[in-house]
Amino acid sequence: MSYTARNLTNGDRELIAFRIGDQEFCVNIMSVREIRGWTPATAMPHSPHYLLGVINLRGAVLPIVDLSARLGMKPAEPSQRHVIIVAQVKNQVAGLLVDAVSDILTVTDDNIQPVPEVSSDLERQYARGIFAIDNRMICMIELDALFPDNMSEAA
Amino acid sequence: MKKKVLTVDDSRTIRNMLLITLNNAGFETVQAEDGVEGLEVLETSNPDVIVTDINMPRLDGFGFIEGVRRNEKYRAIPILVLTTESDAEKKNRARQAGATGWIVKPFDPAKLIDAIERVTA
Amino acid sequence: MDMNEIKEIFFQECEEQLAELESGLMKLNDGDRDPETVNAVFRAVHSIKGGAGAFGLDDLVSFAHVFETTLDCVRSNKLEPSQDVLKVMLRSADVLADLTNAARDGGKVEETRTRGLVKELEALARGEVLAASAASAEPPAAKPAPAPAPVAAAAKPSPTDDSGFQPIPFSFDDFGGDEPAAATSDPAFEVTFKPRADLYAKGNEAALLLRDLARLGEMSVNCNMDALPRFEDMNPEGAYFWWVATVRTAKGEEGIRSVFEFAEWDCDIEVRGLEENVESDMPMTPVPFDLAILDGDGSLAADEQHHDDHDHDHDHDHAHVAAAAVEAVHTAQAAASVTQAARSAATAAPSAAAAAAAQQANNVAAQAGQTIRVDLDRVDRLINLVGELVINQAMLSQSVVESDNNGASSINMGLEELQQLTREIQDSVMAIRAQPVKPVFQRMSRIVREVADMTGKQIRLITEGENTEVDKTVIDKLAEPLTHMIRNAVDHGVETPEKREAAGKNPEGTVRLSAKHRSGRIIIELSDDGAGINRERVRQKAIDNDLITADANLSDEEIDNLIFAPGFSTAEKLSDISGRGVGMDVVKRSIQALGGRISIQSRPGHGSTFTLSLPLTLAVLDGMVVTVANQTLVVPLTAIVETLQPEADEIHSFGPSQRLISIRNSFCPLVDVGRILDFRPVAADPVEGVALLVESEGGGQRALMVDAIQGQRQVVIKSLEANYTHVPGIAAATILGDGRVALILDVDAVVAASRGQSLKTETALAAAG
Repeated sequence: MSYTARNLTNGDRELIAFRIGDQEFCVNIMSVREIRGWTPATAMPHSPHYLLGVINLRGAVLPIVDLSARLGMKPAEPSQRHVIIVAQVKNQVAGLLVDAVSDILTVTDDNIQPVPEVSSDLERQYARGIFAIDNRMICMIELDALFPDNMSEAA
Repeated sequence: MKKKVLTVDDSRTIRNMLLITLNNAGFETVQAEDGVEGLEVLETSNPDVIVTDINMPRLDGFGFIEGVRRNEKYRAIPILVLTTESDAEKKNRARQAGATGWIVKPFDPAKLIDAIERVTA
Repeated sequence: MDMNEIKEIFFQECEEQLAELESGLMKLNDGDRDPETVNAVFRAVHSIKGGAGAFGLDDLVSFAHVFETTLDCVRSNKLEPSQDVLKVMLRSADVLADLTNAARDGGKVEETRTRGLVKELEALARGEVLAASAASAEPPAAKPAPAPAPVAAAAKPSPTDDSGFQPIPFSFDDFGGDEPAAATSDPAFEVTFKPRADLYAKGNEAALLLRDLARLGEMSVNCNMDALPRFEDMNPEGAYFWWVATVRTAKGEEGIRSVFEFAEWDCDIEVRGLEENVESDMPMTPVPFDLAILDGDGSLAADEQHHDDHDHDHDHDHAHVAAAAVEAVHTAQAAASVTQAARSAATAAPSAAAAAAAQQANNVAAQAGQTIRVDLDRVDRLINLVGELVINQAMLSQSVVESDNNGASSINMGLEELQQLTREIQDSVMAIRAQPVKPVFQRMSRIVREVADMTGKQIRLITEGENTEVDKTVIDKLAEPLTHMIRNAVDHGVETPEKREAAGKNPEGTVRLSAKHRSGRIIIELSDDGAGINRERVRQKAIDNDLITADANLSDEEIDNLIFAPGFSTAEKLSDISGRGVGMDVVKRSIQALGGRISIQSRPGHGSTFTLSLPLTLAVLDGMVVTVANQTLVVPLTAIVETLQPEADEIHSFGPSQRLISIRNSFCPLVDVGRILDFRPVAADPVEGVALLVESEGGGQRALMVDAIQGQRQVVIKSLEANYTHVPGIAAATILGDGRVALILDVDAVVAASRGQSLKTETALAAAG
C-alpha cells in the first residue's frame, strides 16, 4: 500500500498552511471553521497526552489537541502566541493548537508529491502528500486519519 | 373562477389528502375538523360543494348535513359524503340526512374529482 | 407536501388515535358508559382503518375492520362492554398498535396473535363470548402446522370483505383523461328521467345529471313540461319537469345508470335499449332541450308542483325559502335556479347575522386551547441560544464586578434585572419541552396486561398524576426502565390469584403508578400490593453471587437495595418476562444517567414501592461549584446530603490506603475527587479540604473530598460527547461565568470507582460501622 496522494481529485485545492516548530503543514481549507487565539483549557481527566483540555466555543465544548504532541513531536507550551485552528474532524469539531498560521495556498494536484518512504508510522498515518513552495516544504495532513474514531481512543 | 370546496373530516391524514387532491385539480379548499366547525366555516367561506366524513367528534356527518340543509342559504348546496362503507344502509342514512352523493373511502383522486364534477356545474 | 409526508402525518395520527383508543377502553373498563366514549373509541379505529386503506396497508385495514365491526356492536348496544369483552378489546388495541408499528417500520406481527384475536372479535360480534383461555392461550408451538386452507382464510380476511371496503393505494397522478367520443355504431338507449322534489332538496341538479348523461356519447333530449302548473300554484321547490333522452353510448345501460347513482332514490329512471332506426314516439309535447343553458351558472332546479308523494322525509319548511329566490323564479320563468338565486341573495346582502356568525367563529377559535406544532430541533436551538444568553449574562455580571464600578447602582440594578429576565426566559423556554407523562403511563397499562396474561395473574393498574409534566427527553428515556420495573412488579411482585386468596388478599393485585412534582423534581412511584421482598432469599442470593459475605450484618434497607447490585436477579429461574438478561442494576443505571435516583421500600406481605426522583429537565442543573486541584468542578446539588469541614481527629486510616471519616458515630469512606480523576498523584490532606457527604448506591454514604467550595449555581448542561467522548467520572460539562468550561462530576461513577465496583468492601465497612 502506498501513501501517495490517493485522496486527491484533479484540479486545484485550497489549503491552509501552518507552522509547528520549524516544520510546515497544511490542511484542506474546507475542513477549517475558524482560527482563534489561545484561551486556557479545562483539563480532562483520563485523557490522552496530546489533549490539552476543553474550551468554550460559543457555547459548545471544544476539545483542544496539541498537534505537535499528536504528531509525535515536542509537546507545546501553550501561550498567547499560539493559535487554534477550529476544524471539522468527521462529525465532530476540534481545536488544533499550532504555532502560527502561515499561508493560504492554492495548489494543483500535479505539484503534490507522494510522501517518501520513511520509517515513522505516525507520518504514514496522517501525511497525504508533500509539495514545495518558495523553497519551503509543506506536508499535507489528513485530519480524519489523526483522530481515528474517537479522540480518547487515539491515545 | 375556482370552485370552492369545504371538506369536513377529523382525520389529519384524510384532510391532507383531500387538500392536495383538490388543490391539484384546481379547486380552492377550505377545511374543518368536525361538524360543528364545518357549520361555522360554512358561514364564512361560502363554498360551492361540501365533502364530509361521517364519523366525527362533537357533531357527526349526519348531524352536519342536517344542519346544512336547515340553513336557508346553503340548503341546496351539493354535499358528498366520505364513507368507508359501501353498504346500502349507511348510504341510505346519509341520503336521508340530505347528502347529494357519496365517495367510498379510500377514495382515489380521480373518483373524488369526478364526483365533485358530477354535482357541480 | 407529498405522499411520504402525508404518510408520516398518518402514523403520527395513528399514535394519537391509539392513545385515544386505549384511554377510551380504560374508561369503559372503569364503568364509564358515556356513548361519546364508545364513539371516540370507534372513531379511533375507524380513522386508522380509513388512513391505512389510502396507503394500501392491507394487514392493518383488515384487522381494523374486524375490530371496528365489533366496536360497532358495542356502539349500537348489541354488545355489552363487559370486562371480558374489554379484555379482548384491549388486547386488540395492542395488536392494532403493533400492526401500525409494523406498517411504519416494516416489521411483521405474529400471525397467531392477529388470527386469535380476529376469531375472538368475530365471535363477540356474533354475540358469543369465547372462553378467554381457549382464545388467548394458543401457543404458537403447541400445534403443528395447521391445515392451511380454512385457517388461513380465518386468519387474514381478504381486504374485500362483506362491507365492500377495499383499500385503494392512493396516488396523485392518476387522474383519468376524457372518455373517448362515442362512435355512431354504439348502441342507443332511451332514458326517461323524472326527478322528484327530493332530488333538488339533496343538492342534486337535473341539468347536471343530463350533462353527465350527454358526456356518455351522442345525445338528444326532450323536456316535458306538461306538469307545469300555473305560476301562482307553483311551489318553488317542486319538481315539474321531466326528460326523455336518446343516448348513443358504448357504456351501455350500466353506464347510464351510474350517472344517476346519487339520484336513483329521488327520481324515476327508465332505461330502454333502442332498436336501430326506431324513432321514439313520446307521449308528450316535446320541447327540444338546449343543453347550452347549462353552461355558466347553469343549475336548473325548476319550480314545480308536488306531483308525487315521495318526499315524506322532506320536512323542511317551504315558507322559509328566500323571497329573492321566488323573485328570481318569476323573472327567469321556468328555468331558474333556486340555489343560485339564494346564494346571490346571500352575497348581495351580507347580513348582520353572517357577520355575527363569523365573529362567533373567531371567538370559538380563540377560546379553544390553541396549539401549534413545532419541530423539536427549533425548540432545541432556542434552548441552546437561551443557554448562551444565561452564560453571557453571567460573564457580563462577573466582568462588571471585576471592573470595580464602585457600586454604580444603576448598572448593578440593570444587571440584576437582566439576570431575573434571563432566568424567566430560560424557565419559559424549558416549559416548551415539558410534556405530560401520560403517553408513557399509557404504554405501561399495556405491559401490565401482557405480563398478567402470560403469568395468569389478575392485575389492576391504577395511574395517578398522568398530566404531570417533565422534559420530553426525560419522558423518552423513562419508558424503558419503567417497562422493566412494571414487568418485575407483575412477574415477581404480585402473587398468583391462588396465593393471594390463601393469604386473605383480593385475588386481583393492584399496581399503582403515580407521578408528581416535588421540590423541582418529578417523583414517580411504582407500588404493588404483592408479597414484598423476600429478604432471606435476596440475602442468600447475594451471598451465592459473592456480593456479600455470609456473615455480613445488613439492615433491611440494605438488603432490599441489593436488588440494584450489578448482576443480581431475584428470580429463581430467568423468566423471559422480566429476565431478558438485565436486572435492576440496569434500571438503576439508566435512571442515574438521567440524573435521577431510585430507591425501594418493601413490607413483607404488603408489597413494595419503588420511588424514582428525576430532574425536570436535562438542560439545566443546580450545582455546587467546587475547586479540586486548581480545577473548577460542579457537583449536582441533588447528590449532596451535607457538607462538612473535617477535623483531624475525625479522620481514621483504614487499611493500606483507605481513610474513613467519623460522622455522628458512623464511619464513612473518604474519596479524594482529585485523586480519582487523576488530577493529582496523591490524595490531599482531608483537613485542608471540604467533605461533601453524598448518597451512594446501596444506600451507603461517601464523603467526597474537594479543596474548596465556590458557591451554588444553576448551570447549563453541555454535552461532552458532541465533540469529544464520554469521560468516566464526568457526567457533562458546563460553562461558567468566566467563560471557561467546568466539568460536572458524575457522583455515582466516582463512588463506584472508589470501591472498585465491588460491594464486598462496602458491606464490610457497613458492618464495621
